[in-house]
Amino acid sequence: MKINVVHVAKLANLPLKKDEEKKFEKQLSEILNYFETLKEVDTKNVETTSQVTELENVVRDDESTLSLSQEEALSNVKNQHDGLFKVKAILTE
Amino acid sequence: MNNEPLTINYEPVIGLEVHVELKTKSKMFCSCSADYFGQKPNTHTCPVCLGSPGALPVPNGKAIDWCVMIGLALNCKIANFSKFDRKNYFYPDLPKGYQISQYDQPFCLKGFITLSNGKKIGITRVHMEEDTAKLTHQGENSLIDFNRSGVPLVEIVTEPDFENAKEVIEYLKKLQQIVRYLDVSDADMEKGNMRLEPNISLREITMNNELLTINNLPKYKVEVKNINSFRFAEKAIEYEIRRQTEILSENKTPVQETRGWDEDKQKTVSQRIKEEANDYRYFPEPDIPPIRFTQNQIRQLADQMPELPDAKLARLIKEYNLSKYDAEILTREKEMTDYFEEAVKVGKTFKINPKQIANTVINKKIDMNNILPAELVKNIVNFKKTDDIDENKLQEITDKVIKENQKAINDYKSGKVQVIGFLIGKVKQHFPTADSNQIKTALEKKLK
Amino acid sequence: MKLNELTIKEAKGGLKSKKFSSVELTKACLEQIKKHNKDLNAFITVTEKEALDSARKADDLASQDQVLEAKSLLGIPIALKDLFSTKGIKTTAASNVLKDYIPQYDAAVVKKIKDAGAIIIGKTNCDAWAHGSSGENSDFGPTKNPWDKEYVPGGSSSGSAVSVASDMCIASTGTDTGGSIRLPASFNNVVGLKPTYGRVSRYGIIAMASSLDSIGHFTKTVEDSALFFNVTAGQDKMDATTLPNPVEDFTKDLNKGIKGLKIGIPKEFVTSDLDNEAKEKFEETVKTFANLGAEIIEISLPYTEYGIAAYYIIQPSEVSSNLARYDGIRYGNDRSYFGDEAKRRIMLGTFTLSSGYYDAYYKKAMAVRTLIIKDFNDAFQKVDALISPVCPTLPWKLGEKINDPIKMYMSDVLTVTANLAGIPGLSLPIGFIDGLPVGMQILGPQLSEVKLFQIGYAYEQATQWRKQKPAL
Repeated sequence: MKINVVHVAKLANLPLKKDEEKKFEKQLSEILNYFETLKEVDTKNVETTSQVTELENVVRDDESTLSLSQEEALSNVKNQHDGLFKVKAILTE
Repeated sequence: MNNEPLTINYEPVIGLEVHVELKTKSKMFCSCSADYFGQKPNTHTCPVCLGSPGALPVPNGKAIDWCVMIGLALNCKIANFSKFDRKNYFYPDLPKGYQISQYDQPFCLKGFITLSNGKKIGITRVHMEEDTAKLTHQGENSLIDFNRSGVPLVEIVTEPDFENAKEVIEYLKKLQQIVRYLDVSDADMEKGNMRLEPNISLREITMNNELLTINNLPKYKVEVKNINSFRFAEKAIEYEIRRQTEILSENKTPVQETRGWDEDKQKTVSQRIKEEANDYRYFPEPDIPPIRFTQNQIRQLADQMPELPDAKLARLIKEYNLSKYDAEILTREKEMTDYFEEAVKVGKTFKINPKQIANTVINKKIDMNNILPAELVKNIVNFKKTDDIDENKLQEITDKVIKENQKAINDYKSGKVQVIGFLIGKVKQHFPTADSNQIKTALEKKLK
Repeated sequence: MKLNELTIKEAKGGLKSKKFSSVELTKACLEQIKKHNKDLNAFITVTEKEALDSARKADDLASQDQVLEAKSLLGIPIALKDLFSTKGIKTTAASNVLKDYIPQYDAAVVKKIKDAGAIIIGKTNCDAWAHGSSGENSDFGPTKNPWDKEYVPGGSSSGSAVSVASDMCIASTGTDTGGSIRLPASFNNVVGLKPTYGRVSRYGIIAMASSLDSIGHFTKTVEDSALFFNVTAGQDKMDATTLPNPVEDFTKDLNKGIKGLKIGIPKEFVTSDLDNEAKEKFEETVKTFANLGAEIIEISLPYTEYGIAAYYIIQPSEVSSNLARYDGIRYGNDRSYFGDEAKRRIMLGTFTLSSGYYDAYYKKAMAVRTLIIKDFNDAFQKVDALISPVCPTLPWKLGEKINDPIKMYMSDVLTVTANLAGIPGLSLPIGFIDGLPVGMQILGPQLSEVKLFQIGYAYEQATQWRKQKPAL
């Protein structure tokens, strides 16, 4: 199974260098080939499992509690301005 | 060979996606306060709504209940089993790099709203998701405030059943009214707690005055964003219909894209973000167990719901003999109806006609916050100008009173003019809210 | 015996009878770290000052008997895998993306451990983002196996396993998503518990694969493991996937023995793919179980061979989504700082969830998962627990598998199915081959940890492999 590494890297927001593309394409294609074995398994009437706890209806009350302070929220960034996180704009127009 | 130009008529096909922000105390997946409007930036955040490493979501039970109520109010079927899913994409206002939303098993499905012309607008689905952070722009930078990140949003999607902007506006007003009646959202477009995105296309319906097959679906769809008032919605839709008609008349197909409404230029503008990158890779949210509703639970939620606008309207007309026009005004906002009905209750003891109260409330622009219903009634009672004394009845009663009180009449005629007060009193017994001057005038005429 | 060589039970006893103080105990561990961490690279962060402060406070509290009773880990130095958020203390996930990140909150389990009076001595090294089975994927250099420094210690909880094996601390925490506790435990001659999924809160622990991550720990003995589990197990309102079952005393059946218990051997786990020596060692172990009175029954788990494929689809899919938040905007560095293995898994997972491939990969794997769960459910109708080797091979040399991702993934073939099913597994030492430790795992149905400890304790008391120490 050949994987379009450039497309997938873009979807995954991962910057790849040109030499990395070939390397990953090879490795990922090998791994995907290994997955072919799953085709042998008859799952026609088998339900999917996404959670193993069998829990349902876990919700919380609508009560509000204290939040982090503005300082705490911003404590891990250098790029900030007036209490806001700062990032290079993504052009939309 | 037919060389005449084709005359094709187009019919708009419009669908609507509305987001309503719920006014819960806390956010959708964490206990930060959801009341973010006007707050200092980044003061209502926590590891969960900031998307910090290791944080996990826990859903707000009340928000889910309110979403179901909205679905019930829109005549939807409530799913017995539903779940949350992750919608994966990258944008600076989306801290986790995915939005927790609902994909194939939403809370509510297949409802409808009926417009005043009797037309039913299909509601495809009503589901829950979380809001993104607020982005503002400053030069070449974007600034992000996460106070809004994680606030509960209900998304209401219609079938493409609208044919014109007027229908869309009516639907929006009805939806806003319902949501305000339920008291689950302020649904204020200026404040951003109600947002809408119409999608607009045109399909061919006649060619050379012959009806084409009705199953003719449009070959494209244009989504319009950045609309923040009903007025602009109307303008944007009408603009789009004109723009698309022009393109189609040149035998071209409008591009399938997202456009933004430009308030200054009063037109829609193409947004240059490429749409093709949006493969959202939905998969079931592993951090949140699914939700299962019993019929009983749904019934309990339905029972908790207040009387909705349409039902209230019908009842007001029937119960108080109001005109449709008056009833519509009164029911526009639940507060006004409640005030009116309270005043009617008080007014009963003074035999005041509900119609009179309705009139006063509607026409006198009553300040409901400062004048209690009981006070309003008092004012009506004291109010001199009364025009619902039937003139014939007045004549009848004055004749009767004169006949029954000959001694008083003789006194009056012999100069004791103050006796008129006694006679006015007798007549007034039949018209307790009447204007005494009117009765006096009628008596004096007869006693001349 | 040096203080840092004590078990939790022994340390508790010594603190209670005032044979030594927590400060002395903590200093002994810190000494050991100073001596050997340069070589072994088990710790990324050592919190010496904070640990000594806590130890002093613990000694004050220890003078009050009721506090000593109530706080079951009072004064005991514990290390935390560097995926566990610690307020005010750097938490890196062993990745350059988070090399300067300081959390503003404690993970739920960290809070529990602190409330129990434990001394946090440092954050241990691991494969970055828990992506690995050898400990070589750390952006801070590989951890070494203390039994032979040319060999891998196993991963991803490499530093945590090594810190206990080399007596740098009394116990440590880890995570097990596909074997990341059980495998390094078996490579280091220590006890590792992978609890039932949902038994311990994941809140505050840097997520790898949300439906597979199990929060566990390393100890020197089985009893210690049960004592530690008494602290960490329990429902948490900050994690909606935690189980509501009340927490019992997990030591209660330790001494019951295993006479009459039915122990299953999954035949698909002991095939010719096992190294001969590993197979032999395991067969000796089975004999020991039989001698202790257990009934040995052969069991089949037919879908075992599809476990790796299903796991390596589901796990990277969830990883690709969980790692999407690392964009450098609110904390940490941007995505160019990800290492190769992280990039591989993110891309693999993005692909398997993408349009056109979701059904063939992710959805298919979720269905196979159901079949694997059924395998275990059927097995546990017939037996009380299963035992098996943990790794098909003995520990390998550093660098040996690093360039062959699939070969590396195959070391998980005996561990991943337990994660897919959410069942608990206890890994314990069964001996040595050429000086390198070998282990086994005891697997049970969901919420059967009491029984796993019971079985493990019986074997441990009969064999005492733990008494051997690595020559550091």
